[in-house]
Amino acid sequence: MTTSTRDKLSTSILYVNAVTVSFDGFKALNDLSFTIDPGEMRAVIGPNGAGKTTMMDVVTGKTRPTSGDILFNGRVDLTRLDEASIARLGIGRKFQRPTVFENHTVLDNLELALAGSRTVKHSLFARLSGEARDRLDELLTIIALTDRRHQRAGALSHGEKQWLEIGMLLAQDPDLLFLDEPAAGMTDAETEQTAELLKGIAGRHSIVVVEHDMAFVRSLGVRVTVLHEGAVLAEGSMDAVQQNPRVIDVYLGR
Amino acid sequence: MAVFQSLRYTTVSSVVLMIWLGMAAVTAAAAQDLADRVAALAEGGFNDKVTAVGALAATGDDRAAPVLEAMLEGLLFTQREGGSIVIGEHLSRRELRLADAVTGADLGTAGSRSVRKIRINNRVRAAIRSALGGLKLMHPDPAERRAAAAAVLNAPDLSFLPTLDTAIDRETEPDLKTLLGKARAAVLLSSETVADRLEAVRYLGTYTDPEVRGLLGGLLVERGGRQAEPDDAVRAAAAEAIADIDRRLQQWAIVGNIYQGISLGSVLLLAAIGLAITFGVMGVINMAHGEMVMLGAYATFVTQELFRAYWPGYFGWSLAVAIPFAFLVTALVGMAIERGIIRFLYGRPLETLLATWGLSLILQQAVRTIFGPTNREVGTPDWMQGAIETTAGLTLTYNRLYIILFSLIVLFALMLVLRHTALGLQMRAVTQNRPMAAGMGIPTGRVDMLTFGLGSGIAGIGGVALSQIDNVSPNLGQSYIVDSFMVVVFGGVGNLWGTLAGAMSLGVINKLLEPYAGAVLAKILVLVAIILFIQKRPRGLFALKGRAVEA
Amino acid sequence: MATGSSSGYTPLLLRIDAGGWVLLLVLIAAGIGVPYANQMLPQESPWHVPTWLVALLGKYLCFALLALSVDLVWGFCGILSLGHGAFFALGGYAMGMHLMRQIGDRGVYGNPDLPDFMVFLNWDSLPWYWYGFDQFWFAMLMVMLVPGMLAFVFGWFAFRSRVTGVYLSIITQAMTYALLLAFFRNDMGFGGNNGLTDFKDILGFSLQADATRCALFAASAVALGVGYLLCRFIVTSKAGRVLVAVRDAESRTRFLGYRVEHYKLFVFTVSAVLAGIAGALYVPQVGIINPGEFSPANSIEIVVWVAVGGRGTLYGAALGGVLVNYGKTYFTAAMPELWLFLLGGLFIAVTLLLPRGIVGTLQLWGGVLRRRFSSGDRKRGSHGAVAPAPAGGGE
Repeated sequence: MTTSTRDKLSTSILYVNAVTVSFDGFKALNDLSFTIDPGEMRAVIGPNGAGKTTMMDVVTGKTRPTSGDILFNGRVDLTRLDEASIARLGIGRKFQRPTVFENHTVLDNLELALAGSRTVKHSLFARLSGEARDRLDELLTIIALTDRRHQRAGALSHGEKQWLEIGMLLAQDPDLLFLDEPAAGMTDAETEQTAELLKGIAGRHSIVVVEHDMAFVRSLGVRVTVLHEGAVLAEGSMDAVQQNPRVIDVYLGR
Repeated sequence: MAVFQSLRYTTVSSVVLMIWLGMAAVTAAAAQDLADRVAALAEGGFNDKVTAVGALAATGDDRAAPVLEAMLEGLLFTQREGGSIVIGEHLSRRELRLADAVTGADLGTAGSRSVRKIRINNRVRAAIRSALGGLKLMHPDPAERRAAAAAVLNAPDLSFLPTLDTAIDRETEPDLKTLLGKARAAVLLSSETVADRLEAVRYLGTYTDPEVRGLLGGLLVERGGRQAEPDDAVRAAAAEAIADIDRRLQQWAIVGNIYQGISLGSVLLLAAIGLAITFGVMGVINMAHGEMVMLGAYATFVTQELFRAYWPGYFGWSLAVAIPFAFLVTALVGMAIERGIIRFLYGRPLETLLATWGLSLILQQAVRTIFGPTNREVGTPDWMQGAIETTAGLTLTYNRLYIILFSLIVLFALMLVLRHTALGLQMRAVTQNRPMAAGMGIPTGRVDMLTFGLGSGIAGIGGVALSQIDNVSPNLGQSYIVDSFMVVVFGGVGNLWGTLAGAMSLGVINKLLEPYAGAVLAKILVLVAIILFIQKRPRGLFALKGRAVEA
Repeated sequence: MATGSSSGYTPLLLRIDAGGWVLLLVLIAAGIGVPYANQMLPQESPWHVPTWLVALLGKYLCFALLALSVDLVWGFCGILSLGHGAFFALGGYAMGMHLMRQIGDRGVYGNPDLPDFMVFLNWDSLPWYWYGFDQFWFAMLMVMLVPGMLAFVFGWFAFRSRVTGVYLSIITQAMTYALLLAFFRNDMGFGGNNGLTDFKDILGFSLQADATRCALFAASAVALGVGYLLCRFIVTSKAGRVLVAVRDAESRTRFLGYRVEHYKLFVFTVSAVLAGIAGALYVPQVGIINPGEFSPANSIEIVVWVAVGGRGTLYGAALGGVLVNYGKTYFTAAMPELWLFLLGGLFIAVTLLLPRGIVGTLQLWGGVLRRRFSSGDRKRGSHGAVAPAPAGGGE
């Protein structure tokens, strides 16, 4: 191991090294390696089938890699853990399609996400502390759903669901967030607000944003990783990446 | 058998003697010779008659048996005029129709006074019976010869040896020849010569047959401090031969179990194959699937009733008509179910499960109301009856063989339909990406209906086959529903090869377990194994991986 | 309609909704009134309740408790168990074994230790798994432990490997089918085909006595009431909201850090214990338990009780259990030919036309009316987090 990789290992919050995932011979991820620094916001782009969703599946424990290492905070091996354990470690994930508990109220959704004990025993007798209630109010303000706190989440608009889900992630208070197309299906105004929201929470959390919407990625103004055929094709600022001939090749077709 | 028993205690020595004599004389077997021997039956005392019976039997002539039979019945006479031997048939108390014993020529009727009965006593009677037993070994009808050989094998006696030798020489059918050879070896086991017995043991050791094993086992019996077989070498050879036979019998038993398993597997396959379409391809949990099978069986019953009533002569063709009929009926019912119930429940598998379960109750009760609650008789055409029997005690019944064949034909036909027809193409398109298929102008609703109809129709065809081996009752489907789901789930959803593998492995595993655990426990073990297996691989043996699963 | 409880801890009694209060009041009234009407009122009185009716009503209460247990897992956690009849039957067998041992030497063969069927099978000693069942407390422990353990072990395997939806339903059905086959076997030691029957008394009271019947009825009412309160406690707690979350978006719940399998295992086991208790109360009231109780058809029927009453409403499930069984009693006597048509039709009608069941539909209408008349007044109605079963929510 070279000095630089050891440095990376100890300083990065997420260290993905040579991860391969194959489904019946098809390699969804092919020797994928990248790192995320603490507090960093990173955008991940790539054409369909580039392996973006699989990458998130592997990190969050939904899919086990065929080979490779994923280290969290430089010491925890994520490849051995399931989703719940990984979530408890402090990694949150937002799905591509907004996924909230439609039959629960907005408040209940947030409460269920709120950091704290997750055991059956605890939740059977759990009561809400004043502190937690304050935190919920704060979150409701952040995602601008204070008025609708008692409404069924299923009754929210698409954009509101997206925000609620982001709010739930924040309630979890994770160190690292994965957001799969947070701006999908949003109006321009909502997209802009979302970008502001994300910029506001970056720094306290490390964030990985997977997006199709180039304008949105540009508005985030962060380092960009381009995936292609399950591996990193290019990495750098949005401008640098867009000038990369290989990236142009992939996006425009050969 | 009783015949041979009595024979052994009463007339063994004399019969042996006379057959030996007869064999020596048989070299110049001519018509005159036969006539002389027949004539000898009427001469001398009972001792002479016993000898004469043996001499006649030893010719192996076709005419000998009727003569001896007539003699046994007291219908063999000497004509008072001319003294020729005739077979008589009572037309009345006083009148007989006579036929020449040697030529069989009709001699017309005559009064009973004109002939004299050839008298016999018990000893002669026993001799005749034994001689007839030997003669049957050369009977023109192979079935008779087989029965006679089996009789000898059951009660081997050295007295049969010469007849056996003649019979073996004459025998043309190979399997009968081996049977006779076996009988000959069995007879030789009681030979005086050690070498003969040793040779017989070695010869018998090459068979894989519980009967032969019993014969050899007899040599090892020790009764009252006396060995049944006095010679050590023969006993050792017998023990070795028995061990060999046991090993081979065990192997055959496993083969037999596997065959039974494949047979069970084919039944499961027939029951599950339609489910592989409705559940595997469409993702619809059809709990009324078993009732489609049941309807197919009843369609067979109805077809056969029609044949019995209107075309009894063509009954053998009834199944050929029942197959398309059952397909049509169940496919129509299936399409009605899809349009009437299931299409409102797509994407709600648990609700579909409940609604179709309700449907299954209704269908059962409807059939019960129409056809009655009891089992209905479904006939098996002649060409499906019978069995192939192997020497090792393995019986392959034709109906099972046909069902194995039929299940595979249905499976491959279905594969062809899915792969090479427009419906198959549309079906796959709709199940893989419904909005896209709709966008391309495929009438998805119609495709759903036809797909479900196809799956149901195949279940109906399965019912035709199952009607041949199972009771046709309103509950027929119930007994298959859990098993069919197990097959599909075990094999992997959406994969016909998986269904085949699932059905066959469940069938074979079940039957291989049965000898050790008993039928019920074997079934329980298999169920538990599948439950555990599903935990390990929730998507079955031949699971699709990756994105397709999430869809 | 579905209003969340986020305001700290609420005592259990305040978490009961209107329908639940009705259920509890009816149970209290019946638990006292029916025995009173049977024991105290003269036979001529129009209010007299004959003993056969007491037993029949008691049976309905057991079915209501069974329906409640299925609603707990299906209505709130989306686990469609097609094997709950197995837990019911196991509880019943545990009770039956106790009652068999209570017969003592009064059996046909007069053997003080062995039940008649064992004598008949030429067994010379009691199998080890029958030990202890002569003690009431032990039998009652087993009534809860055996179904609970089976559910725990089965669930541990199934939920850990994430068998969900119809796959889970199918293997629960296979489970009860396997048990059905097993209990049919004579050498299992549970009376084979005939099951356990010819019971004499319980805790020294004759099972034929009217007073015993009344006591059993009252016990069933108490069990149903306590069972309801327990279920209500679970579903209105935060754990209950996690269960609904699992039902509606399992994967989301997992990514929030909840061990979905633990929650499922917990609720599945509790539910199995409730079903076992229902079975234990059922057996002395009907006087027999046989392997037929394990048949997959029985288990599916329970689901339709819940569906008819209203999935995810608890008291609706109890109502459905009583209603459907009343219909069964009535029709199998009056028009036996018709009953299966009706039951089958009920399955189809409820799923197609009344996906929320009776109670769910009434709640829906009630909600619509309330909204129409109390314009915009967002009053926090009934307390708790009972989320209506989604009309289209399969998995």
